[in-house]
Amino acid sequence: MTNYPIVVEVSLRSGIADPEGATIERALPALGFAGVANVRAGKAFRLSIEASSEAEALTQGQALADRLLSNPVIEQSTVRIENV
Amino acid sequence: MSARIAIVVFPGSNCEYDALDAVNALGATAQFVWHSETSLDGFDGAVLPGGFAHGDYLRPGAIARFSPVMSAVQSFAQAGNPVLGICNGFQVLTEAGLLPGALQKNRGLTFISRSCTVSVTSTRSVLTRSAKLAQELSIPINHFSGSYTCDDATYEQLVARDQIVLRYRENPNGSRDDIAAVCNEVGNVVGLMPHPERAVSALLGSEDGRVLLDGFIAASQLVS
Repeated sequence: MTNYPIVVEVSLRSGIADPEGATIERALPALGFAGVANVRAGKAFRLSIEASSEAEALTQGQALADRLLSNPVIEQSTVRIENV
Repeated sequence: MSARIAIVVFPGSNCEYDALDAVNALGATAQFVWHSETSLDGFDGAVLPGGFAHGDYLRPGAIARFSPVMSAVQSFAQAGNPVLGICNGFQVLTEAGLLPGALQKNRGLTFISRSCTVSVTSTRSVLTRSAKLAQELSIPINHFSGSYTCDDATYEQLVARDQIVLRYRENPNGSRDDIAAVCNEVGNVVGLMPHPERAVSALLGSEDGRVLLDGFIAASQLVS
């Protein structure tokens, strides 16, 4: 068994309004950042999963992302091994 | 015998006393049920009150839905008993899958605490059965994540099955189609963002919550 460092990223599904992302986007021009668009706010979780393979760690990571870390009604999640 | 109503209390709930007092004032018998309990035996209805269950960590209701009592709430609801989620309780019920959709951060990202007017858009739910269609009620709201959201398929089902039971007259938070309350298909599980338990006394600004809670209590008595 190996400990795999995992990153889970949770963001709102496309089509779901993102007031946080929209507010950040509106703030950027005032700070001199021009041409920035499509800002979407989300969350990232870092954890380690003990598993016998990378694939198994990712499967477990996706399962816990779907069950707890995200609300699939409005959010989507991606899981990846963190490059240390 | 008066209806026995469980007030389900999570760590971080903060409207449980308001709910208890309101239900008792309207002639039912309310009793707290701690979130670690595993049964709602002996109760005729259940209320999940407002607050910040488990600190609203992760998302409102995300941790609370895994509290032991939620299995009991699930089977209690499936048996046809009235279940009411107020504010944070509504968020818990959507996270638990007992109600469709989700509650998102308010449009404008502000915490809103004020009185607002809602109108009754369906009387088929346990909450609105004693009210009149199109009746307008003044009831306080007090939330940060109250913007009702769902996908198009869910929305069409809500409309087709008459599950939208209260709408805001003026949308305060960006809720889809001004939705303030929805029920499940059967009509025995209802969630709303406004706080009817804070509107049961003219002295405190409004008595308009009475007709809703009266209906809920009457429905609980019917099932028992």
